[in-house]
Amino acid sequence: MSGVVGVLALQGAFEAHQLVLRDLGVKTVQVRTPAELELVDALVMPGGESTTMSHLLVTSGLFEGIDSRLKQGMPVFGTCAGMILLAKGVLDGRSDQKSFGAIDIDVKRNAYGRQIDSFETDIEVDGLVEDFHAVFIRAPQISRCGEGVTVLARHGQDIVLARQGTVMVAAFHPELTSDNRIHSLFTGLLQEV
Amino acid sequence: MGREGSVGTLIAMTTSKGNSASGPMKVNRGLAEMLKGGVIMDVVNPEQAKIAEDAGATAVMALERVPADIRRDGGVARMSDPEMIEGIKAVVTIPVMAKARIGHFVEAQILEALGVDFIDESEVLTPADETHHIDKFAFTSPFVCGATNLGEALRRISEGAALIRSKGEAGTGNVVEAVRHLRSIFGDIRRITQADSAELFDWAKKLGAPLPLVQEIAETGKLQVPIFCAGGIATPADAALAMQLGAEAVFVGSGIFKSDDPSPRAKAIVQATAHFRDAHVLAKVSRNLGAPMTGIGMDKINERYADRGW
Repeated sequence: MSGVVGVLALQGAFEAHQLVLRDLGVKTVQVRTPAELELVDALVMPGGESTTMSHLLVTSGLFEGIDSRLKQGMPVFGTCAGMILLAKGVLDGRSDQKSFGAIDIDVKRNAYGRQIDSFETDIEVDGLVEDFHAVFIRAPQISRCGEGVTVLARHGQDIVLARQGTVMVAAFHPELTSDNRIHSLFTGLLQEV
Repeated sequence: MGREGSVGTLIAMTTSKGNSASGPMKVNRGLAEMLKGGVIMDVVNPEQAKIAEDAGATAVMALERVPADIRRDGGVARMSDPEMIEGIKAVVTIPVMAKARIGHFVEAQILEALGVDFIDESEVLTPADETHHIDKFAFTSPFVCGATNLGEALRRISEGAALIRSKGEAGTGNVVEAVRHLRSIFGDIRRITQADSAELFDWAKKLGAPLPLVQEIAETGKLQVPIFCAGGIATPADAALAMQLGAEAVFVGSGIFKSDDPSPRAKAIVQATAHFRDAHVLAKVSRNLGAPMTGIGMDKINERYADRGW
């Protein structure tokens, strides 16, 4: 694909995403300000703390800008906290927590428990030949999935990778493995734009 | 300073011999990755924990007394009462950390049983063992440990720490020691990347650190785990200084709740840490925060906590 993929760099594992994107030969920049948002054609929202990012989206003035770009169809990929920020509904989130409602799912934060319950497992992913090794860290769970949403992977009964239009979300952390295939699915979406 | 690509080490560790980041180590280093760019705040009760979360903290450190009070009170400082840790866990959704004494593996076992998200084997508490640190590979929970120099950092990593922080000099509100530790650690990393293969043996000897870890740093130019700053951060500018020196996140202990007006200061430090290179943001958030904690000079302190740990 041509174009620049921005990585929201307010807090969290944004550098890990950049490494995977660069590995795919994609040009990537860190986005902390509305001016930096102007430079990008697509955006990755990384894992981290969604409450912290929610605050910083407001104080940085990025919330409105991202919201309007999403409405114009900018492709976006949210992992873990990034998925929470993109969800329509956040169960047991903080009352002041902002989300973009860009994908018709509800999510439950820290659904698998505390850090001691974090885990790794191999999952089957729609469109990939071999299983993907998925790392779940204090992961959120998709508790409701709307009709327009395509399920791309499950762990047991739980949906862990999904897509609606050009919005893709993962409950796990594809940026923490050296396997770039999930990011490749996302950059593949950009061709469709 | 070049901070791009620091995560490569995490990926590299999955393949390097003798230190494979798999099982708990992979998810534990992963949690440390998630905390990057954020502020971890010391809190002594549920009310402070709420203020910290409201201000945008990425995690809280639950303890009975902040380091400034431990310093003032003297005596033996121990793990906090599980009841107060539970009280804090109940009111926030962000990760909760707690401190065990250096070498006190039973305090660590208790903290793991409480479901604490990160255990800080901390020099701020009175050490329980004068020779040994905790064998952190014996636990499922992640550990963060302090370091004043690269050798200390690598010894802690070889014992299983998932995260390293500078020690600084906790409870002083004086950032000078943390700056010394960060400069020492990053300076030696830079020098090691210039060393030839024969010189690495001498580096390992001088640092008192395992050779394979030194060789790995020579190759990657990075520590194997994330490195955060702790000790003496009192202002937004202090936090940004630590970040520009190479720290990947900051711990703020006494600096917030020993200041005049904790909530605005906490919010300002969160913004300063996220926008650490943007002097205009730093100028904006540094205004009208009231008085920071008074702080003390290094010549006025009786005991350096940073000397604890081996």
